Amino acid sequence: MKQSAKIVVKNLYKVFGGKSSEVMDMLRAGEKKDAIFQKTGSVVGVNDVSFSVQEGEIFVLMGLSGSGKSTLIRLINRLMDPTDGQIILDGKDITRLNHKQLVDLRRRDMSMVFQSFALMPHRSVLDNAAFGLEIAGVDRKTREARAMEVLEQVGLAQFSAKYPHQLSGGMQQRVGLVRALAVNPSLMLMDEAFSALDPLKRTEMQDILLQLQREHRRTIFFVSHDLEEALRIGTRIAIMEGGRLVQVGTPQEIIEKPADDYVRDFFKSVDTSRYLQAKDLIEAGLPVHASALGQHVPPSCSLPDVLQRLLGQTEPLQVRDANGECLGLITPSSVLTKISQHRLQTTASH
Amino acid sequence: MADASTQDMLPIGDWVNEIIHFMLDHNAGAFDAIGNSIDWFANMVEFVLLGIPPLIMGGIFVAVGLWRLGWKFAVFVVAALGLIWATGFWSQTIATLALTLSATCVSLVLGVPVGIWCARNKIVNTVVRPVLDFMQTMPAFVYLIPAAMFFGLGRVPGILATVVFAVPPAVRLTNLGIRQVNKEQVEAGHAFGCTSWQLLFKVQLPIALPSIMAGVNQTIMMALSMVIIASMVGAGGLGNDVLASIQRLDVGLGFESGLAVVLLAIILDRITESFGASPSARSEQGS
Repeated sequence: MKQSAKIVVKNLYKVFGGKSSEVMDMLRAGEKKDAIFQKTGSVVGVNDVSFSVQEGEIFVLMGLSGSGKSTLIRLINRLMDPTDGQIILDGKDITRLNHKQLVDLRRRDMSMVFQSFALMPHRSVLDNAAFGLEIAGVDRKTREARAMEVLEQVGLAQFSAKYPHQLSGGMQQRVGLVRALAVNPSLMLMDEAFSALDPLKRTEMQDILLQLQREHRRTIFFVSHDLEEALRIGTRIAIMEGGRLVQVGTPQEIIEKPADDYVRDFFKSVDTSRYLQAKDLIEAGLPVHASALGQHVPPSCSLPDVLQRLLGQTEPLQVRDANGECLGLITPSSVLTKISQHRLQTTASH
Repeated sequence: MADASTQDMLPIGDWVNEIIHFMLDHNAGAFDAIGNSIDWFANMVEFVLLGIPPLIMGGIFVAVGLWRLGWKFAVFVVAALGLIWATGFWSQTIATLALTLSATCVSLVLGVPVGIWCARNKIVNTVVRPVLDFMQTMPAFVYLIPAAMFFGLGRVPGILATVVFAVPPAVRLTNLGIRQVNKEQVEAGHAFGCTSWQLLFKVQLPIALPSIMAGVNQTIMMALSMVIIASMVGAGGLGNDVLASIQRLDVGLGFESGLAVVLLAIILDRITESFGASPSARSEQGS
């Protein structure tokens, strides 16, 4: 599948606290964030960040609090104005838009889901769901029909006349999700959208989100501090520390080759061996010979499937790509080695 | 007083006198226009309220009390209004109510927009805050006298002096209410493409409504207490009786008229307070 970039972010900076041109000069001269704060009192929120988000993927931005991830998501719909750099959405640089163009862009192309839900307490569930359409000037009948349709999709239709405070947290955030979906955006920004929910509700909301993605693919930019969540829903994950992007990659890439200790620390409490795939389990020493013997699996085959295939067969398991090319062999000992490596990493860091 | 201030190093008093006289000499037309429109408005309010027969007027109060706060409060309203009627202060009480409502209307028309402006603009807020402090703490008599100089004795200076005193809570609580709107709710407004006006009318003001209603409540209470003092410049109503009781050292009259003020205050306070109830109470009403 050919993918095109939905968002391209180039050398993006955000400086808080004035003196921005001075701070920019210092940053270009290679000064550190802490030194700049000491000298100018300005905080560098986002520091030379570049990445791109592909059309239709769920791009999860991870980081601890204070890493700048909430700032970065707000730069993308310009709730905050970047100090320097480019944000190219569908080929257009949106950092140059004037106020009117920006309002149009927000109404037409993007919507946002908030950690605190940010529903309007004076509006019913239906009116909250239709909020974005109302702001865009859609007439009452059309917007209520559309809002109702999306409420039905997430199973909230019978609560349409209720008010937010009459709903549980999980249901309120479903309304928040509906409000964002009702405007049919091509890009959805989700800022710690499920972080305020209890773990069970969080998983439920992730399932709803994945289900909605299967029905209608959208580009989702998702900010989270929860690695399990990122691994579960993320097509790709970006990890941010101190205003910089440390690593961008698929969940497997990040698990397999964490860029530094900061990234590794995220995995401390997570059993990463669950996310191993066939291509990660290949026995390093064995020569690759295209032997016709034995079964073969695709490179993305999950660990449980590999184990099942491996049981009760003496020959090594072949890993073959889509063209039938043999990439390597999996033996019981290579699987055991890999799993124990991951487990030892986990326990060692506890 | 003027003699004393001439010897001061900083003769602020003299400057104020100069300014007042300058304004009296040069802007009389403007003051007349303001005075006339306020007089017309206050006259109309009083005419309407006094035109309603006491029984119907009382019925309206009881009905609103019953609707907003239940039968216990309705019983209290009946007893309170009965007491006012029986002590013979009905028409003065209605006149005071008319003055209070006129002053409240003017205060809100001025105060709420200024409050919104303060919430949206740091500089305005910085300038307005000390002005509000000034308006609230400057002893009332100090501006009652110039008000009478500008507008002559009667209702108009009384209402304007009352407005000076009653505007601050309207400004403050509107400002506070808008500032207290959750940051993410404002962001949600922006994120869905609100214009500045849409943000104000569809997000900020509705969410700030309980606070603004608390401001309305405070404004009414301030206005009620001030219209009594304003009787010194001839504003009329219950204040006349209070003033007469002081002049004649008639403690009994003072207590009766004062009691009518207190009862009217309680009724207005509880009713307006109920309109500022939390959104949950409001939605329970609606559903």
